[in-house]
Amino acid sequence: MENPVMNTTLTYREALKQGIREALQNDKDVFLMGEDVGRYGGAFAVSKGLLQEFGEERIMDVPLSESGFVGAGIGAALAGMKPIVEVMTVNFSLLAMDQIVNNAATLQHMSGGQLHVPLVIRMGCGISKQLGAQHSHSWEPFYAHIPGLVVLSAGTHEDARGMLRLALLSPDPVVLFEYTGMLNLEKEVAVDSDILDISKAKVLKKGKDITIITYGIGVYKCLDAAAELATVGIDAEVIDLRVLRPLDEFTFLASVAKTHRAIIVEDAWRSVSVSSEVSARIMEKTFYDLDAPVLRLCGIEVPIPYPAHLEEAAVPQIQDIVNAVKKMIHHD
Amino acid sequence: MIEFLMPSLGADMEDGTLIEWKKRTGDSVKRGDIIAEVETQKGLIEIEVFDEGIIEKLLIEEGTKVPVGTVLALIDPIEVSLETKKEKPIELHPIQEKTTEGITQEAEREIHIKASPLAKKMAEDHHIALFQIKGSGFDGAITKEDVEHVIAQRDVIDKEKTVIETEKTVASSEAIRAAIAAAMSKSNREIPHYYLEKKIDLTKALTWLQEANEQRKVQSRLLPVVLFIKAIAKTLLDFPDLNAIWDNGLKPKKDINIGFVVALHNGGIMVPAIHQADLKTVDEIMQTLNDIIPRARAMKLRSSELSDGTITLTSMGDGGADAVFGVIYPPQVAIIGFGSISEQPFAENGMLGVRSVVNATLAGDHRATDGLTGSQFLNLLARNLQKPESL
Repeated sequence: MENPVMNTTLTYREALKQGIREALQNDKDVFLMGEDVGRYGGAFAVSKGLLQEFGEERIMDVPLSESGFVGAGIGAALAGMKPIVEVMTVNFSLLAMDQIVNNAATLQHMSGGQLHVPLVIRMGCGISKQLGAQHSHSWEPFYAHIPGLVVLSAGTHEDARGMLRLALLSPDPVVLFEYTGMLNLEKEVAVDSDILDISKAKVLKKGKDITIITYGIGVYKCLDAAAELATVGIDAEVIDLRVLRPLDEFTFLASVAKTHRAIIVEDAWRSVSVSSEVSARIMEKTFYDLDAPVLRLCGIEVPIPYPAHLEEAAVPQIQDIVNAVKKMIHHD
Repeated sequence: MIEFLMPSLGADMEDGTLIEWKKRTGDSVKRGDIIAEVETQKGLIEIEVFDEGIIEKLLIEEGTKVPVGTVLALIDPIEVSLETKKEKPIELHPIQEKTTEGITQEAEREIHIKASPLAKKMAEDHHIALFQIKGSGFDGAITKEDVEHVIAQRDVIDKEKTVIETEKTVASSEAIRAAIAAAMSKSNREIPHYYLEKKIDLTKALTWLQEANEQRKVQSRLLPVVLFIKAIAKTLLDFPDLNAIWDNGLKPKKDINIGFVVALHNGGIMVPAIHQADLKTVDEIMQTLNDIIPRARAMKLRSSELSDGTITLTSMGDGGADAVFGVIYPPQVAIIGFGSISEQPFAENGMLGVRSVVNATLAGDHRATDGLTGSQFLNLLARNLQKPESL
């Protein structure tokens, strides 16, 4: 008899923590550094208890100096360690942009392949709940723009738990986006499910009528929207991009060639976004398979507002996705 | 000015009836466009044009029967650059008659019809003009569904037409008989045939075919005849004198277009050409067969398919005669025959075994080639069929 698949219920936060703990257990060169990751247990309590378990050498609190500690992480990586650097939110990572873009991403190229920076930078991303414009932005497109980086987006609990392990195997710097808005979200996950790659997008639901392409916080929203669309007879395919750089275009192009329609959903602002890039590639490579213009559902182009109802209105919600898809298919 | 003539669709054709113009005065045409439908002894044939330009004048009215070589239309050979393409229709407007003007306007309007890229492509593939399709998409854009709707409607109409035309088919089978009689008599009268036969072991080829077909969907499975066609095409590369026509001397042809004999249900045959068979993969040849055989039986072939053959293959298929000695289709200089495949005792290396065997024959035009050439051809053909994987 086959072993039954064991499922467990897990919050996104616990999934992230399991991933970090496993990484620390598996390789003594791995350590975690970041603001408040130790004594305070992480700004979002993701690393709570890890200091007690692994000690000060491996769970390292750092001063409020993003450029400084990201630079230190690059140095440690060059020296042979495998640092996990946590930047509290992507909003603050802009202070370390110079280190990430001008050092981490370029050293392999500028050293003629002699230097590698096996660094993983984790960042909380997107809207949490009423944290104001300076804490709520979606800067994935910035990083997806930069050659030399691998940019991952953990839109599911499986990826929240599994991406870090694979990211640490990369010889080159990886930016890993986590979504603070999902930390308390519970999902059922197979106990020993393990993701096997961080190079491909994933078809999370198969369908024939339209391809919904998304990543990050959009993933569960799109799956819920697809479930609702199914009740009105629309069979949507949902793709989680997972890897924002280098983009796995093969997966979404194949899907669009099958469904002939595509909508891209993301929280980031529309102009010069990940969806801009995906949309352009669809147009360039599957133009003659398209039966409708590619549509993008993105964040409204304003700083994320503080009031709850405006915050909610600033990014695509399930009903927005449902409505947009219905309009594309039924033209009403 | 280019004169567009009533084409000869084979040595036996003397005249044809222009049934319908597919283009109008002022339309631009390019190589490969269907310009008209012509009724011949071989059914209703779509006539292709081989020049680029704008139709200056249609000279023959629909329904008129004219001899081969009659000028049907005048085509103004325009350098089709972007600028002239835009300018030309404007120049032509003042001299156009009312009826044609309407059509040109519709053609022009088509440029502004909104249709999805997929819908446009489908409409083009099915020869449906966009202005005939009602759009249901954004802003009235034509979508895939709209095109499918029109195709479905057209299929229904086609089916009705087929029923009505059955009687006509019976009548035209007499015409086909007459055409065959003319061509074959000419062949026997003028061409001194020589005949050769070669027994070919097909065991390897059939094993390969079986394995190859396990990887394919039912509808794209390969038939043995595909291997014959491909092997003939490959072998002909070394025998240009057999891939030729006789026209006051031997004239080898550049393309290898294998005429494939299709038996019609009501008697008679059609010989559509498989163009450039040497450049096609076995799968592409299979697709071509799947396309032309039904069209040949429905007498819906194109002019290039009927007139471009450079050599002919006649294959008996399952349960047919053991060997076939063909009559050359003039002006070609050879015809290859394959009998039915059967299991036979086969001696090789002092051992006797049972093998799948086919008798391949060649009838050659002795004015063009000699038995040695034909014999070498059959030997190489047999060897090529021993290496089906490299076909």
